[in-house]
Amino acid sequence: MSKIQLSHIDKFYGENHVLRDVNLTIEDGDFMTLLGPSGCGKTTTLRVISGLEKAQHGTMTIDDRMVIDADKAFFEAPSKRGLNLVFQSYALWPHMTVFENVAFGLKIKKMKKEEIEETVMRALRTMRIEEYRGRYPNELSGGQQQRVAIARAIASSPKLLLLDEPLSNLDARLRIDMRAELKRLHKETGTTIIYVTHDQVEALTMSTKIALFKEGEISQIDTPLGLYTNPIDLQAADFIGNPRINFIEAKGFYDGTGLKVKSAFGEYVFAKEFMKLDEEIPENREFDCVLGLRPEMVDIYTEDPHHKNTVPARVYANQPAGSETLVTLTVGDTEFLAIQVGLVEYDMNQNVFVVLHPGRMNVYNKETGRLIKYAKTKHKAGTDD
Amino acid sequence: MSRERFKNQFRNLIGNPFNVIVLITLIMLFALIVIPLLAMVQNTFVVAKAEVMRKTIPGAKIGDYTLWYWKYLLASPLTKTILWVPLRNSLIIGAFVTVISVPLGALMAWLMVRTDIPGKGLLSALILIPYMIPSWCKALSWMTIFRNPSMGGYGVLYSLGIPVPNALASGFVPIIIVMTMHYYAFSYIMASGALRSINSELEEMGEIQGASKAQILKSITLPLILPSILSATIMTISKSIGTYGVAARLGGNNPDGTPFYVLATRMKAFINDGPNAVGYAMSILMILLAAGTIVVNQKLIGTRKSYATIGGKGTRSNLIPLRGAKWPMLIVITVFLVVAMVMPVFFLVMESFQIMPGAGYSPDNLTLYAWVGELQSAPHPSFNQNGLFRNSEFGRALGNTVKLSLIASLITAVFGQFFGYITTRGRGKWYGNAVEQLIFIPYLMPGVAFSAIYFSMFSQPRLGGLIPSLYGTFTLILLVSIVKHFPFASRSGSSNMMQISVELEEAATINGAGFWRRIRSIVIPLAKNGFLSGFLLSFISIAKELDLIAILMTPKNYTLSFLAFDYSKEAMPQVADAICIVIIVFILVTNRIADKFGGNVSKSM
Repeated sequence: MSKIQLSHIDKFYGENHVLRDVNLTIEDGDFMTLLGPSGCGKTTTLRVISGLEKAQHGTMTIDDRMVIDADKAFFEAPSKRGLNLVFQSYALWPHMTVFENVAFGLKIKKMKKEEIEETVMRALRTMRIEEYRGRYPNELSGGQQQRVAIARAIASSPKLLLLDEPLSNLDARLRIDMRAELKRLHKETGTTIIYVTHDQVEALTMSTKIALFKEGEISQIDTPLGLYTNPIDLQAADFIGNPRINFIEAKGFYDGTGLKVKSAFGEYVFAKEFMKLDEEIPENREFDCVLGLRPEMVDIYTEDPHHKNTVPARVYANQPAGSETLVTLTVGDTEFLAIQVGLVEYDMNQNVFVVLHPGRMNVYNKETGRLIKYAKTKHKAGTDD
Repeated sequence: MSRERFKNQFRNLIGNPFNVIVLITLIMLFALIVIPLLAMVQNTFVVAKAEVMRKTIPGAKIGDYTLWYWKYLLASPLTKTILWVPLRNSLIIGAFVTVISVPLGALMAWLMVRTDIPGKGLLSALILIPYMIPSWCKALSWMTIFRNPSMGGYGVLYSLGIPVPNALASGFVPIIIVMTMHYYAFSYIMASGALRSINSELEEMGEIQGASKAQILKSITLPLILPSILSATIMTISKSIGTYGVAARLGGNNPDGTPFYVLATRMKAFINDGPNAVGYAMSILMILLAAGTIVVNQKLIGTRKSYATIGGKGTRSNLIPLRGAKWPMLIVITVFLVVAMVMPVFFLVMESFQIMPGAGYSPDNLTLYAWVGELQSAPHPSFNQNGLFRNSEFGRALGNTVKLSLIASLITAVFGQFFGYITTRGRGKWYGNAVEQLIFIPYLMPGVAFSAIYFSMFSQPRLGGLIPSLYGTFTLILLVSIVKHFPFASRSGSSNMMQISVELEEAATINGAGFWRRIRSIVIPLAKNGFLSGFLLSFISIAKELDLIAILMTPKNYTLSFLAFDYSKEAMPQVADAICIVIIVFILVTNRIADKFGGNVSKSM
């Protein structure tokens, strides 16, 4: 059991306001990822949770136990918070063997020798590095060092495991292996994990929940699917997804019952139930808005498929990349990217038909940059949109 | 609630040993550096007992405030002799030493780093050895060659029947040459560091553009290392103006028979003969002069201390072929090494075996007396002491030197690591900056001026007798050696601590290790080698120190350096030479050991 609750956390470095009123609840067993570009405050948040940094304002509880109460200048010592941390640099002690690195914290806890031996070996087995127990960190590869760092963090069976960009120093292949390893670790131990990364693929593939950071604030907390389908603002939409989402300029009109959106693709009408009504939406006047269109939500046909949402388009450029093909298309002056599974050949300037799914599009108020119409998370085969 | 907050804040502050250590450090540095400095300044404005007894200041009582000392120094009929002339001499020496030694050091650095000069391995092992020979040893060695009757004895040349003009025996010329053989090291070390960081691709690009070797050197290489050269220049000026030992030994007399003074020797004379406070005032001027040059240095190059010249493609660099200039250049370096290293050592050794200095090397003038002789079998009545290894003064001085160097360098090295820890962990925080600045102060001061501060502070009881007068005690010499070496030790400590990433400690914190446990289990094991090399380098530096302790010396505390210095003033140059040799051997051996632990003499600056 460990539920972490951060309320109104503020953190300054001198004049620099690096965390602004951060509120975050992490349920027991969550794999919570703090995602955002560098300098957005995600690592600082992790360090505040760990106790290595002190917030100037706000509170934090672990299982309703107060660990930070900044107003009373109360900060529980890191070691008493029942957590452990894996550093981006691994921070393995170079003068200790793998075994000694993992055993260090247990020794401080004054565990018995046999018990230490057993606990350390269990952690090393979990990370599949038993055979390196006698080696020094500089005798290990990057991936092996990473495993030692994780073994050291899980040896004390923390209720909460913090990971700070643990995969950023690994090469692309090892990173995929380690992602699988971490996901398995989460399932097996059931430990609550807080994971910091700037890599959206890591966030989307591993987390149960993602907190998206922007300039020291949390802009959105959602499941990976929720975040991907409905980024809360244009910046978030732009950040999540590779290749990037297409933004289509459009004009909106909201009459209180539904939202009409006119763009190069034609006119769509969205029912009120899909709208995010707590946002600023001008009523009974035309306003600038932006359509968010995921590249994989574009189907390309060489013959007219006679689908209700068909638009004629022209191929601008074609980039086959083996498992997928990126196609740049134009409709009138509007240019957008589509992604097709497998190798598909199109000629430059070839005329094609694209089927779009308005239900799967997001609509943003251009002025505020905020989401005003949700995309459906699933679309049923055979439906109109 | 606010009470609880206050309680917690207090607990956070006191409960963290790091904070307590920072606090203690700040108090200690303040007490050891700032207060003595202020006390000396104050002493220059207060009438001292000596002046009342000698009735030099009419009607003054002890403790009265007075401007008499400053007036005496700056605006009295004596001002020209006691201030302007020594100042002029110091500046002339500083200027010449700089003009010769900086290009010399830079040229050698360029040859060693960037060209294919033959025998590089051997040369680079030898090239800093002249710097390791204490400058006053080189001064003694100069005397073994050039001494003439005006300096109270005969040197090698005189004995060969070559008349040595007084200008070569003492005064500007010998002082400038000896200091040049010492301070070339600043520009050599700094320029070679800068040259090493230049990617040869930058020069190769110039070659591709069609520039000749000379053009490349002038338009690409030199501008890139200019900031380091400038820095070395100012260091050299500052150091050569403040040096005491060489000037004291080689100063001799002016043509009119009055003693030749530079600032440092004139100041020492005031502290010996009074009025002390005039000496203090002079040392304040010296400190201002040295501090001024360093401030100028920082102003000039502070923003562009060095160019970020390290390219992405590793540090492989292609050497410039010297072709026809190869052998002439090799000869230049060889001549330098012969003049600055081989000859000084050779003539010191030879003179130590002579019965009569300057009477040639025929077997009947050679003896081991200076090393192992006994007074009753002395071969010449001029010997008034046992030979070195039978001389109780040598034994005591050796004991003092070992005791002083060992204790002082151990304490400095330990403190240095703590200071380094505080400055690296507190980088950008007020306390880190405060510690860094406080530690920097002794660095600004010439050794002889720094010891004047301690002399003025501790030659009288302080705090109403709580601190007794320390003049003449080993404690005072120890204290001054420790504090003067703080800047160096702290730099070695911080470069050491910089290599221990903060995350290594944070990982231990997360695992439940408290401050002392982290220091014991993480920091100390990782800092061990750096600590050892820092320790050995301060050990060397303290063991050869003369300028710093000259003012504070009393016979029972003589160290080897000071004993040699003292003997050389009497008619006992052979024994002084022998002591020099012992010190040089000791320095080279210790340096070799420090090298093994990654220490490097170039780090000791």
